[in-house]
Amino acid sequence: MAEFPEDLRYAKTHEWARLDEDGNVTIGISDHAQEALGDVVYVELPEEGAVLEAGDEAGVVESVKAASDVYAPIAGTVTEINTELEDSPEIVNDSPHLKGWFYKLAPVNSDDLESLLSAGDYQKICENED
Amino acid sequence: MGLKTPMYEQHEKAGARIVDFGGWDMPVHYGSQLEEHHRVRRDVGMFDVSHMTVIDIQGSESKAFLTLLLANDIRKLTTSGKALYSAMLNENGGVLDDLIVYDNSGDYLMVVNCGTREKDLAWITRQAGAFDCTITERPDLAIIAVQGPNALEAVDQVASSEMRSVIRSLKIFQGGYSGAWFIARTGYTGEKGVEVILPTGEAREFWEKLANNGVQPIGLGARDTLRLEAGMNLYGSDMDESVSPLESNMASTVVLEDHEFIGKAALLKKLEAGVEEQLVGLVMTDRGVLRAHYPVFCDGKEVGEITSGAFSPTLRHSIALARLASAQGALTVEIRKKQFAVQRVMPPFVRNGKQVYKLI
Repeated sequence: MAEFPEDLRYAKTHEWARLDEDGNVTIGISDHAQEALGDVVYVELPEEGAVLEAGDEAGVVESVKAASDVYAPIAGTVTEINTELEDSPEIVNDSPHLKGWFYKLAPVNSDDLESLLSAGDYQKICENED
Repeated sequence: MGLKTPMYEQHEKAGARIVDFGGWDMPVHYGSQLEEHHRVRRDVGMFDVSHMTVIDIQGSESKAFLTLLLANDIRKLTTSGKALYSAMLNENGGVLDDLIVYDNSGDYLMVVNCGTREKDLAWITRQAGAFDCTITERPDLAIIAVQGPNALEAVDQVASSEMRSVIRSLKIFQGGYSGAWFIARTGYTGEKGVEVILPTGEAREFWEKLANNGVQPIGLGARDTLRLEAGMNLYGSDMDESVSPLESNMASTVVLEDHEFIGKAALLKKLEAGVEEQLVGLVMTDRGVLRAHYPVFCDGKEVGEITSGAFSPTLRHSIALARLASAQGALTVEIRKKQFAVQRVMPPFVRNGKQVYKLI
């Protein structure tokens, strides 16, 4: 059964976003998404410094089953990428909400997180998908 | 709601993700298809392949019938229980199915694919009409494959003493009976092991015994990456009725000399005109995964497409089979609108857990 941590916000495209203490936002893909994808074998991350609008493509996650685009849930500039995923993509499956983070961005406006889904609303969407 | 094998509940209990496969509810993985793949290459795993179709071919003219039916030559089977891998062709030389048939003391035991069951049975029965030969499907039989470097020991530890001595007597690609159980040293992984064809009523217990002895179940996802690494074709992906064995890396399984068989005339015509396409192996060392239907280019011209592709867990990069028109230059594959370099190789890609492919 997939987990839906309450402290995260979610996009319909299955990314999660977390506001960090330093004001940056950490982004990854949800437990529901990694379960649906199966074993992850490659992760393509955005470039540090990339300027993204909400909904822009921000990487690709390739699993044994399929390749799936990763999007920017809110607008911002990429400040850091999780290079560990390049050698150990399986971290995305093992720890999608913590160690499996993809990238961090400096948000244009951290209030944009409010427009994302709560854990409960995102869970409902996932349940309707299945 | 599809058909279920005798081990369905055991798959559920083991946490299987169940999918529809040719009308059957089958386990695609039990958590991680990558882990399951590695386990078979490094240790041992077991597969429930009871969805496949088992057929008895019996009668005084079974050999004559199969000599005509199959592109490979059944007369090669001169030892009891010896197995033959063959394509079965239609009159146009197109592949109806690939299958294994075992000598069964004058009769034969045949295993064909699940998805082609109805088509195969209808075709085989019709072709057998002219011969003193009966065709009997055996839905009362299940199949459990145990594969891996430690497979024979794992089976030995739970087998009856009769079964043990039967297995010990078997050579590679040979089967034999222990009571009502047919055990063969064959497989679809490129590893050592056996395939056990046994009554459905006894399959659960055997599966349970293996599980209690530490043998883990392996799903269809890993089965596919294992067979691809081993360079083995998958019917429906790598070949179908629209292509002949000559374009499917199966020319070595066709016997043309002194052998009349359905589809031979069409193959001879093809050989005379020149076979235009080949099924080749591809490897990509760049990051990314080759997948079925991705187009393949040579010097900017499209020359074919991938028939089967996957990330190879053993090699840690992607491998594929592709059907290509003859082309001499550097190859690329188009993945999401970008071109990636690939190398042509002769399958198999992996043997005994190691890379064996050579660039061609």
